[in-house]
Amino acid sequence: MSETDPKIEAYAHPNRLVTTDWLAEQIEAGHVGGPDGIALLESDEDVLLYSTGHIPGALKVDWHVDLNDPVSRDYVDGAGFAAVLGARGISRDTTVVIYGDKSNWWAAYALWVFSLFGHEDVRLLDGGRAKWIADGRELTRDVPTPTPVDYPVVERDDAPIRAFKDDVLAHLGSPLVDVRSPGEFSGELLHMPDYPQEGAMRGGHIPGAASVPWARAANDDGTFRSRAELEAIYLTEQGLSPDDDVVAYCRIGERSSHTWFVLTHLLGFEKVRNYDGSWTEWGNAVRVPIEK
Amino acid sequence: MSDSSASPVPLPSALAEIADDFTSANNDLKLQLLLEFSDGLPPMPERYAGDLSRLERVDECQSPLFLTVEVGEGASLDARVVNLFFDAPPEAPTTRGFAGILHEGLDGLSAAEVLAVPDDAPMRFGLAAAVSPLRLRGMVAMLSRIKRQVRAKTAV
Repeated sequence: MSETDPKIEAYAHPNRLVTTDWLAEQIEAGHVGGPDGIALLESDEDVLLYSTGHIPGALKVDWHVDLNDPVSRDYVDGAGFAAVLGARGISRDTTVVIYGDKSNWWAAYALWVFSLFGHEDVRLLDGGRAKWIADGRELTRDVPTPTPVDYPVVERDDAPIRAFKDDVLAHLGSPLVDVRSPGEFSGELLHMPDYPQEGAMRGGHIPGAASVPWARAANDDGTFRSRAELEAIYLTEQGLSPDDDVVAYCRIGERSSHTWFVLTHLLGFEKVRNYDGSWTEWGNAVRVPIEK
Repeated sequence: MSDSSASPVPLPSALAEIADDFTSANNDLKLQLLLEFSDGLPPMPERYAGDLSRLERVDECQSPLFLTVEVGEGASLDARVVNLFFDAPPEAPTTRGFAGILHEGLDGLSAAEVLAVPDDAPMRFGLAAAVSPLRLRGMVAMLSRIKRQVRAKTAV
């Protein structure tokens, strides 16, 4: 059940990414869905996009409704995660493939949250929803009805891949990657271009951060750039090394999940943390240092 | 929910009916209803097509949405009819769904009736749990811009 695409085989963790061709074959062969099959999940910015048509056999997982704690600014706990996965018929050893809109931002975000709970086999669909549609492949409005299973209650382990504000303060001077747009990095914009103002009191970036907008890791069709192209950006140009301790951030942690995925799984960096508080925390926090 | 010691300002009847449909539905059905409003949102008429500069952009929406308001002639605010026009791409069904609700609930009402719609109307559909409160901001922004345009276009 693995990819044999040469571009994907070249990545550090080739088992973390699948092509639309591969997925189409798995669907054709009846390997998607069912108690022993691959679980296919769509994770979008727009909560209704799945309902307008999705890849056959896909179930929806929503970042706001399913993966965020409804009260505290945090992710669901072990019991909440178990409920979300169990209801979708996903067991601890199920292969999960996630795809989504917006160049897979929310899919990468979901994959990162799955990783906080140590779900072993979770992969992204290269190019996401847009690539599947651009390929001219089928979408359906039929929603599968999985048989619920008991997913174990696993305690979330944040430390290895998640950074909090205090971690970032302690990390100042070590590699930080700001993946926002250049206008957000310079402090000219307090939010993404074309996006709602999401309330940061201050503009700029965390001192010492390098500006590497997430989109540089993606091709125009939303697929990831090749390993050689990614190495040229992050290793040669930015001077990062796979054994560096790196923190990535953006505005709320979704675009930096994309970069976290690139550094961790495509380039094999061993210690990359996503600072999900990101600019909506840092730009509002009192007396943290800011560079413009 | 909020403390409602004073009785809330009522919604116009068409919007109230839609709110009833939503509040009596479970979360899955709410999304289904919202999808129907998204699918049913009328296209922007020819006279606006291709000229987004004449439309107001609602920045608070997650995805781009443009809207404009036309107010008919009449002797008073009660006599002047309001028509609403929206443009949002199919990749933004939630935004389209919000627009569809406002279109079905408000289009054709008088200026006086539109201006009397309470600002918290978007909170009366029970949608916060189904789509998240953050996403609902888009609908709040649409309503406030509609009312502002009506106010501006009826100012003497």
